[in-house]
Amino acid sequence: MLAIISNVLRGTASRNGARVVVSARTYADFTPQASFDIKKCDVHKLEEGPPLQAVLTREEGLQYYRTMQTMRRMELKSDQLYKQKIIRGFCHLYDGQEACAVGIEAGINLTDHLITAYRAHGYTLTRGGTVREIMAELTGRRGGIAKGKGGSMHMYTKHFYGGNGIVGAQVPLGAGVALACKYLGKNELCVCLYGDGAANQGQIFETYNMASLWKLPCIFICENNKYGMGTSVERAAASTDYFKRGDFIPGLRVDGMDVLCVREATKFAAEHCRSGKGPILMELQTYRYHGHSMSDPGISYRTREEIQEVRSKSDPISMLKDRMLSNNMASVEELKEIDVEVRKEIEDAAQFATTDPEPPLDDLLRGTNPWTKLKSVS
Amino acid sequence: RMTMSRALMHFNAASRATNPPLTFTGTEIEEQVFIADTHCMNVSAGPTQKMNLFQSVTSALDNTLAGDPTAVIFGEDVAFGGVFRCTVGLRDKYGKDRVFNTPLCEQGIVGFGIGAAAAGATAIAEIQFADYIYPAFDQIVNEAAKYRYRSGNMFDCGKLTIRAPWGCVGHGSIYHSQCPEAFFTHCPGIKIVVPRGPVQAKGLLLSCIADQNPCIFFEPKILYRAAVEQVPTEAYQIPLSQAEVLQEGSDLTLVAWGTQVHVLKEVAAMAQEKLGVSCELIDLRTILPWDTETVCKSVVKTGRLLISHEAPVTGGFAAEISSTVQEECFLNLEAPISRVCGYDTPFPHIFEPFYIPDKWKCFEAVKRMINY
Repeated sequence: MLAIISNVLRGTASRNGARVVVSARTYADFTPQASFDIKKCDVHKLEEGPPLQAVLTREEGLQYYRTMQTMRRMELKSDQLYKQKIIRGFCHLYDGQEACAVGIEAGINLTDHLITAYRAHGYTLTRGGTVREIMAELTGRRGGIAKGKGGSMHMYTKHFYGGNGIVGAQVPLGAGVALACKYLGKNELCVCLYGDGAANQGQIFETYNMASLWKLPCIFICENNKYGMGTSVERAAASTDYFKRGDFIPGLRVDGMDVLCVREATKFAAEHCRSGKGPILMELQTYRYHGHSMSDPGISYRTREEIQEVRSKSDPISMLKDRMLSNNMASVEELKEIDVEVRKEIEDAAQFATTDPEPPLDDLLRGTNPWTKLKSVS
Repeated sequence: RMTMSRALMHFNAASRATNPPLTFTGTEIEEQVFIADTHCMNVSAGPTQKMNLFQSVTSALDNTLAGDPTAVIFGEDVAFGGVFRCTVGLRDKYGKDRVFNTPLCEQGIVGFGIGAAAAGATAIAEIQFADYIYPAFDQIVNEAAKYRYRSGNMFDCGKLTIRAPWGCVGHGSIYHSQCPEAFFTHCPGIKIVVPRGPVQAKGLLLSCIADQNPCIFFEPKILYRAAVEQVPTEAYQIPLSQAEVLQEGSDLTLVAWGTQVHVLKEVAAMAQEKLGVSCELIDLRTILPWDTETVCKSVVKTGRLLISHEAPVTGGFAAEISSTVQEECFLNLEAPISRVCGYDTPFPHIFEPFYIPDKWKCFEAVKRMINY
């Protein structure tokens, strides 16, 4: 009995001891905030662009780091589970593009609306989903964010409209949401994302016209990761200046690998929309490390060297980490601690996703007309 | 129905109990996805090569590009070989002006194909998945199908062929498993063809390309690798609008197309073994215009008809067949015509094994018809 008590006390003591070491450095030694130079955004039909400097506080930095690291580890874990055939179907991974999701969310409020295409795991997380729900959805279990019926491409949260499989089809939907925002007068806006491949779809241009005509509070964002599946942008588009494709809609070209750049640009765009000036277009230049989906190795249309180069020079997480460490905004141990916590969270989520039961058979009918007698055999 | 839910419970319990990866290789499901024909029918002799479905499509396209200097192939990602390897090697062999990629724009692809065909090129357009064909629906229905009619035969886009992977694949879910043939059957002016295997695919595709009308050729994607046959390397054609009787029988007629033909092959074997019922199996092959004569002649002989397809039952093509057959063969029918199809829901992710009209559902329907 005494042994148990002493063990417990010793445990707390050692934990307190470790915390004492860290907390002695937390408040006194770290820089609370710093200002960073960010890349200038190319503009189209705008007098000026977003500011060239961004202020990052310690709390914000740690939060962005944690979210991006969670996203990264979650995608890598999904890769693993897919190869083990625990996740089946289609799986489009977001690693490399974390700065986009985190930066955008930092520039808008949770009450604003967002819609994207199928590379949606990152946005599901930033829009309020938990890693557990996301991974359980990937494995098709009842604890999933769409009750296991949607899968990788169809994840939704409040004010996040998915998760859409058909390329480009979500853009007119986003304009519709923006119309509702304007109509209801709550000063909300809609962020409407699509990729460089989708930018060549006809319905995108129809949407540009409608949004501009009716001055809808819509931020169109083209996540240009240089490849539409296996086709490079040069081979798919007559004009690769995606931020200019809106023609009469003002545009910005943003460095999508820098979370601060994305945040400042999003804030700028949100301000533009909320002031009633109508839609605005942002092109985020980003990169995905994985192939288009899990069935694409990702190296038949680009070289391993190219992927390595982006990883070493422009990785969003490394960039943020270097910035914080070199300005003494965090310590290496602190970030490592976050890594450990994130790893544990992902492991727990994966465990849950693997062991949760599948949705019940009644769910096959839910969501369709409940009064229709469903027949398979006439 | 009780047998089915028990089977599904067993399926779920097994997968949960041991948590094995849900593999579709070498399990019961994949072995019975494709059952080869016992003998080659209606196809000319000549040197043959072992090919699977996507290789037979490549072979057909190869023959076309070799024999027809106006032939061009285009679509998303066809240049490197296509996401299902149907166009591997063709760009290197015939040049980048004959096999080229398009941007991501289905409406544009088909519209472009119609124009190219109207101007005299043999245009073979690929839509990456049949699920993505809907942006092109207007072009197909309003432009392609009506071109000859509205121009008084001055223009036509008969040289257009649209190819698309079609049907359930085990893990495709909502947007990679659809069978949209029913939407297009409501449109006079186009032809719709679905093969059941490599030999059929090559012959039917070459017929579609040669045909003077715009054709849509749906390729069952689950059979791309699973279906392997000895396919003639030379070009050959299988006539369109001719259904094929795969197995003669006297008690019941089974009609299907594409992957479902193989399911019904099994059902016919089960019916013979367990019920002593002799089934006549018909592969429709061309969905529009379909071979009413073969099907009706068969129903006159047997008196019972079962039609099966993966697409949802309401408004599926089985309804059209059923309606025509009851008009033509009313007095010959011994039992109501049975349709075993998918449920009226979007194609599910996790519930696919329950959704598809598998052999058990079909067998159940056979039993009911025999005992009517």
